Amino acid sequence: MSEPVGRRHFERLALPHLDAAYNLARWITRNEHDAEDVVQDAYLWAYRYFASFRGENFRAWLLAVVRRAAYDWLHRQRPLEAAVDTDSLAADVAAPDNPELALLHKTDAAMLNDMIAALPAPFREVIILRELNEFSYQDIAEIASVPIGTVMSRLARARGLLVADGKRRLARERNHG
Amino acid sequence: MDERVSAAEAALGALIRERAVRYSAPPNLAPRIGAALDAASATQRPAAGWRPAVMAASIVAAMVMSSATTWYVTASQRQAGLAQELVASHVRSLQVDHLTDVASSDQHMVKPWFAGKLDLAPPVVDLTVQGFPLLGGRLDYLDRQPVAALVFRHKQHVINLFVGVPSSSGVSTAPPAMQGYNLRFWRDGDFSFWAVSDLNATDLGAFERALRAALR
Repeated sequence: MSEPVGRRHFERLALPHLDAAYNLARWITRNEHDAEDVVQDAYLWAYRYFASFRGENFRAWLLAVVRRAAYDWLHRQRPLEAAVDTDSLAADVAAPDNPELALLHKTDAAMLNDMIAALPAPFREVIILRELNEFSYQDIAEIASVPIGTVMSRLARARGLLVADGKRRLARERNHG
Repeated sequence: MDERVSAAEAALGALIRERAVRYSAPPNLAPRIGAALDAASATQRPAAGWRPAVMAASIVAAMVMSSATTWYVTASQRQAGLAQELVASHVRSLQVDHLTDVASSDQHMVKPWFAGKLDLAPPVVDLTVQGFPLLGGRLDYLDRQPVAALVFRHKQHVINLFVGVPSSSGVSTAPPAMQGYNLRFWRDGDFSFWAVSDLNATDLGAFERALRAALR
């Protein structure tokens, strides 16, 4: 590897996913400058280890590196948040039923974005990967290095948390508004 | 999972897709990454310090996706050691009233001070106009090698800039932050630069750019 092997090839593959990478980093770090630093670091890492990529799904591989870099950032900058015990958290949140979900339509965009941003990171990331980056369960499992069943249960619990939080916020609005 | 729940979930998904923000990368990010890739390619070629990394990259060539991310973690742990050292040195310089051996805002006094104390003549520049006045310099150690530490200030924040020769350190990059301190690493010409500060990442990035521009 005496030449910068595949530099153009790498850019051709990686740059089209810059928005998806930034979106994930931005939602995990919740800060635009840090998201930029995270994405830059991740792209450098991905480039350096591009030769090791043998899979079919480059987009998922790249996003896995971005996610890893974002979590490294989280561990350094927000150690308390990173230490959340995901498995015990929200284990008893009931799956929301239809009327409860319908209630969320009363939230405006700003409130819904706040609610997603307030989710613990492991729940936030599955929502972002699933709904905004539109990855399959299988891809999310690979990106987040967890079994596919965990992806499903985290998505379900994330929805439960969103509904519970939405109810709280709407009630508060009624009382104060 | 029964159909009813799936339909409800689909409705929530539609709501999120409709109303949640899809952040787009800012326009400067792609060129910034391009420049970082340029720098990475440039340092890969002469490469005494890089060869292990390059070899390691080919060793992991057979690995699948998930193990590639594991590799990322272990490599970043090695770098964390250097970052730890940088931060410790920065904190020590602030604690024991030993920020500078030569306290001067005059680059023409600071630069000669290092002569004879180090094998290298570190570039010393005045960045007062750019908002980073020079406070002085001192001798420090990094990765068991003597390095020049130049001290700058930005508002109330102290920046320690460690200048060494690239071969003096096996580890050549550092994570962007450690224990609440921001770090920058770059190479320019014959020198490696490590900047450490409690300054925010954006302003520390501006410091790096100002310094690089001044050395052109």
